Amino acid sequence: MIQFSEATLKEADRIIARYPEGKQKSALIPLLHLAQDEFGGWLSPEAMDYVAKILQLKPIEVYEVATFYSMFNLKPVGRYVFEVCQTGPCMLNGSDNIIDYIKERLSIGVGETTRDGLFTLKTVECLGACGYAPLMQLGKHYREHLTKEKVDKIIEECKANAALNN
Amino acid sequence: MARKLLLEKAHVEGIRFFDVYRREGGYRSLEKALKTMTPDEVTEEVKKSGLRGRGGAGFPAGMKWSFLAKPEGVPRHLVCNADESEPGTFKDRYLMEFLPHLLIEGLVVSSYALGSHDTYIYIRGEYAWIVDILEQAIAEAKQHNFLGKNILGSGFNCEIHVQRGAGAYICGEETALLESLEGKRGNPRIKPPFPAVKGLWDRPTVVNNVETLAAVVPIINDGGEEYAKIGVGKSTGTKLISACGNINKPGVYEIDMTISVEEFIYSDEYCGGIPNGKKLKACIPGGSSVPILPANLLLKTAKGDARMMNYESLADGGFATGSMMGSGGFIVFDEDQCIVRHTLTLERFYRHESCGQCSPCREGTGWMEKILHNIEYGKGKITDIDLLWDIQRKIEGNTICPLGDAAAWPMAAAIRHFRDEFEWHILNPEESQRRNYGLAHYADPIYVPA
Repeated sequence: MIQFSEATLKEADRIIARYPEGKQKSALIPLLHLAQDEFGGWLSPEAMDYVAKILQLKPIEVYEVATFYSMFNLKPVGRYVFEVCQTGPCMLNGSDNIIDYIKERLSIGVGETTRDGLFTLKTVECLGACGYAPLMQLGKHYREHLTKEKVDKIIEECKANAALNN
Repeated sequence: MARKLLLEKAHVEGIRFFDVYRREGGYRSLEKALKTMTPDEVTEEVKKSGLRGRGGAGFPAGMKWSFLAKPEGVPRHLVCNADESEPGTFKDRYLMEFLPHLLIEGLVVSSYALGSHDTYIYIRGEYAWIVDILEQAIAEAKQHNFLGKNILGSGFNCEIHVQRGAGAYICGEETALLESLEGKRGNPRIKPPFPAVKGLWDRPTVVNNVETLAAVVPIINDGGEEYAKIGVGKSTGTKLISACGNINKPGVYEIDMTISVEEFIYSDEYCGGIPNGKKLKACIPGGSSVPILPANLLLKTAKGDARMMNYESLADGGFATGSMMGSGGFIVFDEDQCIVRHTLTLERFYRHESCGQCSPCREGTGWMEKILHNIEYGKGKITDIDLLWDIQRKIEGNTICPLGDAAAWPMAAAIRHFRDEFEWHILNPEESQRRNYGLAHYADPIYVPA
């Protein structure tokens, strides 16, 4: 059985307390974020059922929400997920070339994960940082003004980080 | 140099933190409102200011506030819409990242006016690091009793909660946002009832954009009438413009709505012109949903007047020859850009972001994307152009929420102004794979009848 750590449970309680009595369902999306962060970067059916139990919801109420929002991964992903923006303003600044370059560097297509389980490439729609295009989201932060050289550096940085934390 | 009301202190070192913000004159409007004004007086100032919603629709904020139902014993809520997702728009991110206390101050003053004791900031899920910045600012404000219980001894209690979304453009629509805040899919609600009567958990609710709420601070500090003196006509105050695309200085600019579009693009104070000496081809002046204009109609209206950066002038000529101020997402295209390809990325965006409730939007956005994909990759038919026109016309006005319109307008404007480029793509499938159509006649002077 999966379970949140003590600290995460406390955070979940803090979130639930923001809403009036009986409106704990409002905490669903924040709790799904917590679950995704804690359980390996994706939401397994088990993880979603666990969140349903905490909030006293029917599992279907959780599934229908998890499948609606694009930030929730419903399949396992690599340790580092490159979410590259491809919408209009990024396209004007060469995001197509960046996506092609990442595909070539990692030998994967969009939506795929490298065999070593380190990298997943996703394309996303507008990240709301069009003045700093082209860009991608990596974890909690944006990597902006991407060039091929910057992509190389980010890949190296992730590999070094993975080696350090293994 | 235009007067700045919001970003004046954005570059002061440490302005993100309470002490510096306070030292620079922060939280004065909160003191003024809570100590010397009644909630209705605050609303009255906002009405007088002429402030229009900065999210995109431009509806007068004070009027929206005055619609809020106030039944006895039912809690009311203010919700801050920080789900900034309109392609080309990134001004709210800038405000929250660099001036979080300005938003908190505006939120407390507005909550006081509306009687909201639990106020929510709904922020797009991708802005994850900004949540930390806001939480930090909230903690600081509470520590100094500018937030929390019995604020500054006024007897007014207010808590601000930050909620992250999880990647859905549609949640920027106010009723979809409320659904999401209730822990549901972001499906917009049918209006009426409006949120002012039945909003969050069926309680009366006001939803305002980040920039709108931040603007309440200078309005209370200087008075609504002073605020209304800035700008022109019904475009009062200052507006944040996020400029991007092919310009030398992309970024967020605060303008007072009296400058021309030409000055905004070419002056060094703003966008600084187009890189590599290229020519201007087109521009989307207010976020991806508003009509794209070719250079000639962008710089001058059809009547031949200089086009200005304000609500009225950008809309001059209606959709036939004008556009909209929208969210202030200003996207510039140089002569080498392809309108077909760009429209394809936008329609892919709208297909991806359609919530799927209404058939015209759910199906229509997908059809438009597929047809545009064919045209872009040399497989288009000449009849496709009329088909695209027909589809967008059948989406517009036939959906619960404005996402349908938002998907239809860019398609319509692309065909209206760039039909020859679509035709060239279709008639020259091989050549269009190798090169772009270029500037063509899009910058030529327009014929103005005498």
